[in-house]
Amino acid sequence: MAATSTAAPPGADLGARTRRRTTHTLTAWLFLAPFAVVFTVSFLGPIIASVWNSLFTVQRSATGLEPARRVFAGVDNYAEVLGSEVFWQGIGRVLLFGVFQIPLMIVGALVLALMIDSLSARFVALSRIVYFLPFAIPGVIAAIVWAYLYSPSLSPLSTALEAVGLDRGLFLEQNVLLLSMANITTWTFTGYNMLIFLSALKTVPSDLYEAARIDGASAWSIVWHIKVPLVRNALLLTVLLSIIGTIQLFSEPFVLRKVANVSADYTPMMMAYNAACGNNDFGAAGAISVVLAVIAGLLAFGYSRVQARFSR
Amino acid sequence: MSRSPAHPRSVAPSTLSRVTVNAGLLLACAYFLFPIWWLVVASTKSRGDLYTTPSLWFSDDIAALDNLRRVMEYDGGNYLRWIGNSLLYSGTAAVIGVLVSMAAGYALAKFDFAGKSLVMVTILGGLLLPSALLTIPLYFFFDSVGLVNNPLAVIIPSCASPFGVFLGLIFAETVPDEVIEAARIDGAGEFRIFFTIVLRMLAPGMVTIALFLFVGTWNNFLLPLVMLRDKELLPVTLGLQTWQGYKAVDLTDLVLIGSLVAVLPVIVLFLTLQRFWQSGLTAGAVKG
Repeated sequence: MAATSTAAPPGADLGARTRRRTTHTLTAWLFLAPFAVVFTVSFLGPIIASVWNSLFTVQRSATGLEPARRVFAGVDNYAEVLGSEVFWQGIGRVLLFGVFQIPLMIVGALVLALMIDSLSARFVALSRIVYFLPFAIPGVIAAIVWAYLYSPSLSPLSTALEAVGLDRGLFLEQNVLLLSMANITTWTFTGYNMLIFLSALKTVPSDLYEAARIDGASAWSIVWHIKVPLVRNALLLTVLLSIIGTIQLFSEPFVLRKVANVSADYTPMMMAYNAACGNNDFGAAGAISVVLAVIAGLLAFGYSRVQARFSR
Repeated sequence: MSRSPAHPRSVAPSTLSRVTVNAGLLLACAYFLFPIWWLVVASTKSRGDLYTTPSLWFSDDIAALDNLRRVMEYDGGNYLRWIGNSLLYSGTAAVIGVLVSMAAGYALAKFDFAGKSLVMVTILGGLLLPSALLTIPLYFFFDSVGLVNNPLAVIIPSCASPFGVFLGLIFAETVPDEVIEAARIDGAGEFRIFFTIVLRMLAPGMVTIALFLFVGTWNNFLLPLVMLRDKELLPVTLGLQTWQGYKAVDLTDLVLIGSLVAVLPVIVLFLTLQRFWQSGLTAGAVKG
């Protein structure tokens, strides 16, 4: 490189540099190519297929003699989904779930992180491992184990319920069911969120705390005025991820169907699954997926706007 | 010096705070361990004891080995096949996915190229896109290309991880430019630089990405549920879920021991590779 630039006339230097840039673009894209392929197959293709499918409907002939035909339906599928009571009931359940489960889990995770980070804590290493452990366990298996723990025939919890005079099957009753599902989600993800908070807390230089303490700040004011503001970004991240996770609520209700009275369309995600794999109604399933993605996007966007306003 | 005797109270935590904090920590430990403890105890019991003996302690008759033998033999030995499937899908996704992610992350970290900002935006979008929402559309797409009920339908999407690329990018940024330049001056080709220098320097980062991909695939439920039909192709999570739902026979004891065995690989990975988990989460949280 050095040899050519000294030997060549001044104008050629630019040419050599452009050439180097072009080869770099080619090399970079060669490194990116494998990801581009799997990403196209797993993200872009499905998104296009989903939007495309949502515009068609399958028409079966009234006599059942002729083969079913796929006909263009325009926005009919969307109108049907948006006009469906079942869909909005599902959305309502998911929102209700999120409204109490997300604050409960996030505040719990933050409190645990602050306790582990405090000077009083003794069982730091043990607690960190134990809290994070549920995150490593497959969500379905967690749901299966909790489903047994909610079932009156086997569970030590039922024995405890009976001892205090409540019904053995309380956890699986209709008006408690959503709480029981929220408990499974909380059990699985609290430790994960706690670790995110903990790593944000660890970025604080410890002499900042020293200085505050020497200035006579109480442990509480250190928590409120130094630590909590420091985890603000982590808070935004964890709440956003939780909102996105809640919209797709699926395995907890799907597993609890086997032991409790849960309809096949209990959440919007279950409705989409049922439409696609149960009824082979790709049009409806496509429309539900698109509507859910839009709702998830709007909620996430709305939340980050509100958060930005409050933090300034 | 900092523990100046003028302010002893503000430095040393009070007894009250010490008791409250540690009681809180232990109480939380009990909550998180409770289902796991119950699963371990229940898996060691015979079917009869399961319903008749106190559920939080072992019964006199430890039937763990017998349960283990029965779970392996039941239904023509499907359980072992399911474990094998899970290992195959997760292992393949981890190995291929880590190379794919590292290569893409390296390109983004160390090259200026046309289309880079578009790629970055796409990856950030992919990070926030709800993955389960994508699964049903994925089913349409694979159905139209004839991949439904094929293990590839589970493996390919599991290799495509925007989070993996994101971690790859963060890790690749730590490779000094001088090292790459020096290798170029020595005449090493771009691919040799990547495979022999970059990947070697980033081995710990590769373990982190592979770990997230492996566990993510092992724990995924909706994707195999939607894609796979044949009993012989199911991963262990899905297989156990079908057993849990059997109405004709009560398979509770088999589901319990099967669940315990199915979580063991992830728990082992979790306990032995803790610092890699930590580095992945920290990188994600700080940048995110």
